[in-house]
Amino acid sequence: MENYNIVIIGGGPAGLAAAAAAKKAGEDSILILERDHELGGILNQCIHNGFGLHTFKEELTGPEYAGRFIDEVKELGIEYRLNTMVLSISKDRLVTAMNSTDGMFQVQAKAVILAMGCRERPRGALNIPGYRPAGIYTAGTAQRLVNIEGYMPGREVVILGSGDIGLIMARRMTLEGAKVKVVAELMPYSGGLKRNIVQCLDDFGIPLKLSHTVVDIEGKERVTGVTIAAVDSHNKPIPGTEEHYSCDTLLLSVGLIPENELSLSAGVALSPRHKGPVVNESLETSVDGIFACGNVLHVHDLVDYVSEEATNAGRNAAAYVQRGQQGTDLASVEIVPGDGIGYTVPESLRAEVMNDLLTIRFRVRGVYRDHFISVYFDDERVQHRKKQIVAPGEMEQVILQKKDVVAHPDLKKITICLEEA
Amino acid sequence: MYDVVIIGAGVSGSAVARELSRYNASICVLEKEEDVCCGTSKANSAIVHAGYDCVPGTLMAKLNVEGNAMMGDLARDLDIPFNRCGSLVVCTDEKERGGLDLLLEKGRKNGVPDLRIVERDELVQMEPNISDEAVAALYAPTAGIICPFTLNIAMAENANVNGVEFRFNTEVSTIRKVDDHFEIRTNNGVVETKAVVNAAGVYADVFHNMVSATKIHITPRKGEYYLLDKSAGHYVNHTIFMLPTKMGKGVLVSPTIHGNLIVGPTATDVENREGNNTTRAGLDEVAAKCSLTVKNVPLRETITSFAGLRAHEDHHEFIIRELEDCEGFFDVAGIESPGLTSCPAIGKMAADLVEAKYHFEKKDNFIATRRGVLNPAKLSLEERNELIKKNPAYGNIICRCETISEGEILDAIHRPLGAKSLDGVKRRTRAGMGRCQAGFCSPRVMDILAREVPEVSMRTVTKSGGESRLITGLDKDEYDTMPENRHD
Repeated sequence: MENYNIVIIGGGPAGLAAAAAAKKAGEDSILILERDHELGGILNQCIHNGFGLHTFKEELTGPEYAGRFIDEVKELGIEYRLNTMVLSISKDRLVTAMNSTDGMFQVQAKAVILAMGCRERPRGALNIPGYRPAGIYTAGTAQRLVNIEGYMPGREVVILGSGDIGLIMARRMTLEGAKVKVVAELMPYSGGLKRNIVQCLDDFGIPLKLSHTVVDIEGKERVTGVTIAAVDSHNKPIPGTEEHYSCDTLLLSVGLIPENELSLSAGVALSPRHKGPVVNESLETSVDGIFACGNVLHVHDLVDYVSEEATNAGRNAAAYVQRGQQGTDLASVEIVPGDGIGYTVPESLRAEVMNDLLTIRFRVRGVYRDHFISVYFDDERVQHRKKQIVAPGEMEQVILQKKDVVAHPDLKKITICLEEA
Repeated sequence: MYDVVIIGAGVSGSAVARELSRYNASICVLEKEEDVCCGTSKANSAIVHAGYDCVPGTLMAKLNVEGNAMMGDLARDLDIPFNRCGSLVVCTDEKERGGLDLLLEKGRKNGVPDLRIVERDELVQMEPNISDEAVAALYAPTAGIICPFTLNIAMAENANVNGVEFRFNTEVSTIRKVDDHFEIRTNNGVVETKAVVNAAGVYADVFHNMVSATKIHITPRKGEYYLLDKSAGHYVNHTIFMLPTKMGKGVLVSPTIHGNLIVGPTATDVENREGNNTTRAGLDEVAAKCSLTVKNVPLRETITSFAGLRAHEDHHEFIIRELEDCEGFFDVAGIESPGLTSCPAIGKMAADLVEAKYHFEKKDNFIATRRGVLNPAKLSLEERNELIKKNPAYGNIICRCETISEGEILDAIHRPLGAKSLDGVKRRTRAGMGRCQAGFCSPRVMDILAREVPEVSMRTVTKSGGESRLITGLDKDEYDTMPENRHD
């Protein structure tokens, strides 16, 4: 058995930023375990630009953005192992992993940072009826084939779901000579960023059909066509609205699921709302010494925010190792999603150990125009900020100041909600 | 000229092939798909039935009980995952309780061992998630769950090791009796044989009717299913059936041998013998019916849904016999549920019929056992590290969800009747069968297939043979074919 102070599960953008931050916070004994054959995670296949506007104030491609963090991790001399699959994590932070050179091995960590990212929701989870031929891909799998392997998964494409990867792939497939016939979205709004709808669909004349879904898949061996239909307010297909599209490919961009099987093996409590670990202000999970950041915690739209969150997780894990147990006996204030809010990260804070500024990220439940984002300390409204429009596809945030929290010594509950103008 | 040609490489055909491979005879299996286990055998409840359900005195009842009894040894000999988890037929209405007694009596007549009625208190102990309406159940401890893919693949592999030839992508178009033998026309030429075993599933009536004046009729009867994540795999501990009532037959809820939960099937007669598509109505029906026996089935944990076609013969009976009006032609037809359970007995019975006619000589070098794809998860830490040291591919995880290594995939490809497609790898190793449904691993498995299978490249690799190509070309291919981009 080996010993490291901090073991980071995943060498994607979250793991890399967490590692660099922990190292800069004075922690030398760090190990990153990465299952792929290179660091960088899913960014390696995101060859489009638009990354890094917040972090570096310039527009980078995914591999370039990842490259900066990879360089930093290497310059800092942080250890990492590639092609290494973590099989389980115990409650006591004993990590069991495997690769071809070391075989199966165990590492005892003082702190673990979960940074495994997320996976795509497959067709089966949607129960789309029809055949099960070749030619049905999640958008991310298609992205890998086109951008990394250099192969086209299809020529005539229908896309279900308007998540960002689906939108990006609509443009990407078009640029590679495929015909993208339509993007159907179940919800009455897109799940992707506005800028992606404009740059990836509108600019190429690809129609986006909101409140539509796929109701049948044809083709015994390879997809030969799909049928889409409009849905009612309960997301049920409306008979008579069916439209047939002949195509050889159906791409799915119907949601991302934080990949928390390892978290569960460690007994980490998950939020039913964002499907990631329940965390406090330090991004520490319900299990002592296990931290989480990035898409394993909650699905982000922008990698810049992943880096920022992971930096905090890395610092906090380093502080945890250096200080020992970080005060499980401290008073904790609950952070609750109120009207119109789907979830918040974190879900609680401890005033004594919080930083001067604490960013709380959240998503709204629907599209709201001219609403206020409000923060309540128990019954007292302490923030009230007007937004012209908020939508589930764009993550929102509020920032709390430690001095405000400390000024409310009896504070039990912080509520974030949407209020009408 | 073969001694025996078997049409169909499903569980029935493969069971017959394995039983006949005990003899010195030249045997060939013709299969229209690219692999074994591509029809009814791949899409069913994966249940080994106890045998209380069949009408006493029928061949179905006999072979069900025999097949169940044989399954333990077969699973051991051929390394097939099998677990006698037991089944419960649940009665949810005090007034219908008589139905349980009738089943119990039928079961005893059929020779099903250890059947008994369990009352609600014990039932709740056995199944905490049983419906609040459940009053009692028939408990059959000999019922079990099995991997239908491995069952089929293992019997075929073992038959092949013992000399049986398999021709894939070979579809029979006509069968003609010529003097004392048969001429079978296929898309891959003519095959001559002394005897034919017709194990063609939903097509068995087509081939029977080509050579016999006594027609049979088989209806493809569709069954639709949900398969749930392993997180729901322990929702029930036994296979839970509904006591058939005037409300209908109900659907089963069962753990699978690999730790998922299976819920289904429907029973809808269809015209299309290839029509294994799921339907909105079918999936909705399963969702509605499963709650009759088990409360709050977590269907939101569904990772895939699928449909299979049962080969329903009009009289709902297995037909295993030599045709009276066509000597040398043996039917193994109408093999619907409990066909999977019965297959060891079906294979034995059909092989005995053929052997009794032709008196083949018994081999003295028959290999009775087969080792499956090595499952490293069953090894100790030391054994596993020894394995990885010897073959580093076992340390390279390809399928994250099911933790399947490259070593297992290579084994699946290079063994007898090895995998040639994504589905072939999936059924042999479970790579791609987990919660992400091959999202992450399919490009990597495609890559391995392209590297390892001589006739397969990235451009030609398929999901399941035929036209199920996964790749349509290289990036920018289409660009090069546009007139304005041509440089020639």
